[in-house]
Amino acid sequence: MLNFVIRRFAIAVPTLLVLITISFFLMQAAPGSPFTGERSLPPEILKNIEAKYHMDKPLYQQYFMYLGNLAKGDLGPSFKYRDYTVNDLLSQSFPVSLKIGSVAFLFTVLVGVTIGTTAALKQNTFLDYIIMALAMTGVVLPSFVIAPLLVLIFAITLQWLPAGGWQGGGWHFMVLPVVAMAIMYMASIARIQRSSMIEVLNSNYIRTARAKGLPWKTIILRHAMRPSLLPVVSYLGPAFVGIITGSVVVETVFGLPGIGQHFVNGALNRDYSLVLGLTIIIGTLTILFTAIVDILYAVIDPKIRYQ
Amino acid sequence: MSLLEVNDLRVTFSTPDGDVTAVNNLNFSLEAGQTLGIVGESGSGKSQTAFSLMGLLAKNGRTGGEALFEGKQILNLSEKDLNSIRAEKISMIFQDPMTSLNPYMKVGTQLMEVLMLHKGMGKEEAFGASVRMLDAVKMPEARKRMDMYPHEFSGGMRQRVMIAMALLCRPKLLIADEPTTALDVTVQAQIMELLNDLKRDFNTAIIMITHDLGVVAGICDKVLVMYAGQTMEYGTTDEIFYKPSHPYTIGLLESIPTLKTEGEVLPTIQGNPPNLLNLPAGCPFQERCSHVMDSCREHIPKLKNFENGRRRACFWAASEHTAEGASL
Repeated sequence: MLNFVIRRFAIAVPTLLVLITISFFLMQAAPGSPFTGERSLPPEILKNIEAKYHMDKPLYQQYFMYLGNLAKGDLGPSFKYRDYTVNDLLSQSFPVSLKIGSVAFLFTVLVGVTIGTTAALKQNTFLDYIIMALAMTGVVLPSFVIAPLLVLIFAITLQWLPAGGWQGGGWHFMVLPVVAMAIMYMASIARIQRSSMIEVLNSNYIRTARAKGLPWKTIILRHAMRPSLLPVVSYLGPAFVGIITGSVVVETVFGLPGIGQHFVNGALNRDYSLVLGLTIIIGTLTILFTAIVDILYAVIDPKIRYQ
Repeated sequence: MSLLEVNDLRVTFSTPDGDVTAVNNLNFSLEAGQTLGIVGESGSGKSQTAFSLMGLLAKNGRTGGEALFEGKQILNLSEKDLNSIRAEKISMIFQDPMTSLNPYMKVGTQLMEVLMLHKGMGKEEAFGASVRMLDAVKMPEARKRMDMYPHEFSGGMRQRVMIAMALLCRPKLLIADEPTTALDVTVQAQIMELLNDLKRDFNTAIIMITHDLGVVAGICDKVLVMYAGQTMEYGTTDEIFYKPSHPYTIGLLESIPTLKTEGEVLPTIQGNPPNLLNLPAGCPFQERCSHVMDSCREHIPKLKNFENGRRRACFWAASEHTAEGASL
């Protein structure tokens, strides 16, 4: 098992390197530069600036310099936000996104699995239909519709929660953004969990468990829960990354100082180092979570463990 | 009092196309330690008979009639009452050992939970008893196997685990639903030998559901031949094998390959079983019967006693029998 974990993480390093390389050259290949504006700069000034950011050197040299700095944990200076390094920008914004994303993720999984299981156990009853109708609504409603709706109901009409802001991340500032981010993924997980639980409950080994005289509750929790979670687990990797990165809209609606703002601005401004920094963070998260999912899979399914 | 007495057992499924009667007025009885074979083609209602006794029918299934186990009705019990009978008094092994064990749990855990639930054993005691039971089903290296997962076992070994699991609480009745169908012929023979030994050692009554008459000959005391959910013939194994009287039983026996039939075309029963949604009037076997008569198409032959406790449902056999009797 330990071997499996080590091997799984060893693959992550080259994957990340490939990701960095491709993003680095793609960014450079895009027309324009961070310093092209409506008014073009005098050539002397442009030259000076380019020299400061080492842009006068050949591309391969820039690439190896970037990698060298990266190895030291330095993501370089931002091309657009003078006086800020990418490390500064990300260390301010990423924790916000991570905190809110993690809470939204936990909420998503717990609620999604619970209501999915409930629907499966009450298959084809009124409760099942209600849950699945709500889940369908959750899947089709985009967050830019849900977020303003939540603000309208809970902040403006009922005045229970603030309409936005962060202020150090008090819980009442997190409730609405978390719900807005979670709903879609929660609905998907509920649907996946429902169908996989129904399938497991119809399997032969559940019939065996019933023939053994086990109480229904034991059958669900001990025999059916683990296998029914497999499809959900494989959805968790993309879901986690999706929640963290897809928060651009939600962070904007609620005015949160997360990484969402940098996504849009970084790309528009051709802020090479900022975009690369974000790519590395998201890439690392994706790789990390895929690895965690694989390990979870092995924990659940013994057939994978021993291969 | 018989161990199990089944009277007019009916199993009906409601489907979008109407009610389907999978088992129709079945009657049989079983004494302690006896083995009853239930024989028939696919879809004849054998397995549904077994499931109805264990309360394992699909949600759209209903049962009627009575099944008295030690004098107590076991049909339509609450889930809680059923759970006190399942595994403890009546247990079951299934057709497909590859999928009947939980692939996500250690074999040992799956065995031990039965004892911990029904016998209130602690972990260690249950472990010891489970190992002894694996030994009893001739599982090599039983102690080591407790820690393994089902996918590390072969089909025959898994069926041994299933049998061990079924016998843990020393049930009075074991229902075996085609226990050898999914296995290789050599493994089949081993499993049948094992069941024969266990039947002797534990004095367990067995209902052996099969479409393999060879299996029946090897282990059963009595045989019930089913067709389209109905009893065709019922008698001791010897009577059924040496003096079959129902055309369906005769057909089944003729289609067993023997060592002498090399090079010849094996006799078969032509046609297919009828659609249960749309049974013909009269005898369900009429369309495939080589002795069909006018009365077969109009009336359902009643299951009648003849000789000592033998029963059959057939006009042709009955008339022949009386003719024979008259000529004597």
